[in-house]
Amino acid sequence: MNLHKLAAAVAVAALALSSAVLLSGCGGSAAKKDAGQTAPAKAAFRSVNTIKQSGEVVIGVFSDKAPFGYVDKNGKYQGYDIYLGDRLAKDLGVKAKYVSVEAANRVEYLKTGKVDIILANFTVTPERAQQVDFALPYMKVALGVVSPEKNLITTPEQLKGKTLIVAKGTTAETYFTKHYPQVKLLKFDQYTETYNALLDGRGDAFSTDNTEVLAWALKNKGFKVGITSLGDLDTIAPAVQKGNKELLDFINNDIKKLGQEQFFHKDYQATLASVYGSAVNPDDLVVEGGVVKK
Amino acid sequence: MESLGLRVLWEGQNFARLLGGLWVVVQLSVLSILGSLVLGLGVGLIMTLPYKITRFLTRVYLEFIRIMPQLVLLFLAYFGLTRWTGINLPGFTAAVIVFILWGGAEMGDLVRSIVISIPKNQYESGAALGFTRWQLYRFIILPQAVRSLIPPAMNLASRIIKTTSLVVLIGVVEMLKVGQQIIEANRYTAPTAALWIYGTIFFLYFFSCWPLSLAAAYLEKRWQVK
Repeated sequence: MNLHKLAAAVAVAALALSSAVLLSGCGGSAAKKDAGQTAPAKAAFRSVNTIKQSGEVVIGVFSDKAPFGYVDKNGKYQGYDIYLGDRLAKDLGVKAKYVSVEAANRVEYLKTGKVDIILANFTVTPERAQQVDFALPYMKVALGVVSPEKNLITTPEQLKGKTLIVAKGTTAETYFTKHYPQVKLLKFDQYTETYNALLDGRGDAFSTDNTEVLAWALKNKGFKVGITSLGDLDTIAPAVQKGNKELLDFINNDIKKLGQEQFFHKDYQATLASVYGSAVNPDDLVVEGGVVKK
Repeated sequence: MESLGLRVLWEGQNFARLLGGLWVVVQLSVLSILGSLVLGLGVGLIMTLPYKITRFLTRVYLEFIRIMPQLVLLFLAYFGLTRWTGINLPGFTAAVIVFILWGGAEMGDLVRSIVISIPKNQYESGAALGFTRWQLYRFIILPQAVRSLIPPAMNLASRIIKTTSLVVLIGVVEMLKVGQQIIEANRYTAPTAALWIYGTIFFLYFFSCWPLSLAAAYLEKRWQVK
């Protein structure tokens, strides 16, 4: 056999394979479609009817963000987001299929229609709202300030002239720099460093997302969250692919309906209460019926 | 506190889940490495051909793969492909394709560099003895090339194994991700679990790469020129 001919054949095969994967449009007819995928158009979303017919709603959630979305010791998805996901699936009359997503690929999953809904603690921002459609919020986060019980800080004004610990790049850093320039900021790169600094007394208080400090204060005696909700309130909402109005309406109606039965307070009791304990008022985190109360 | 972290490892299905994650790593690695070897051998030989067109095409292929971070390639194959063409590859399949294309390109360049480094007199002697071109490669060039190929190919193989930890970004839950899930699920009850879980993962990775090293050492010794 002639080596040149053999090599040329391999070359053609290799290049065909690579171009099929790397170039747009090339492999369209050649590659087989996923059996479960009935959507004819490119990366299209699934309508409520298609979801119902398939018997399964695909929901993207975090698998490592306890207590919001995580996998328990038996490999089952659990958490505040999953509690809602199970209910949405139940109200759709289908089973929930959870897919583990990361903060960095949540938008892509929706855009390519690989999931129907994202329930991964997705904070609503104007930038994201251009890429995906957000439903009504089911949770809210703001800044919290934790300090030693002996010198508890209960208003931001008390911090003037004192040292506040923050982690670099967080909303706490920008908020205090902008609104309270008189507060001395002690900045660290990592969360563990900030908590250690607070324990060592290198600062008078520490500020970051309230969900984070509330959980921490509960595990550390002598510390308390004096300010539980400060700064711009961010909301967390389910998201669907841009334009999937039918599914969006379904989720919105469902969230409104769930508000009447205080569903998210039950969700809080089932998933978050053990982490936040009695020190936290559920109303600081929970949003019922999509209506945010400051 | 230490025993608490250790206990997390044995709680429920945790250890079985880690092994399940390891199985994903092993399947992905074996398919990718075997595919890379086959593709790389072909690509490498094509690279040594004296034609401008094959040299140009393989060059483009190699450079394209080499300058792209593997993460970008994974995103292209998983999300990009769906967006442009509607083809919806499962995450695992997309990962295997990307790793074979990547491993094949790098392997190809290794094969090329080793084949051209074999002294010219080897080719000439073979030709003088009346070997056809096919026989020349089969009996003279390739046996020598394969011997020098083992160490760099081993490097590439272990890099492929370690890079499999990226596939979680296209939804394939492998060992490292399972570890993070276990650590985070116990974040408030057993903060020291991280050390134990990562320690276990270290050993599981080690024991999946180690046999490769042993095999390579054995082959190198066996094929040594005496």
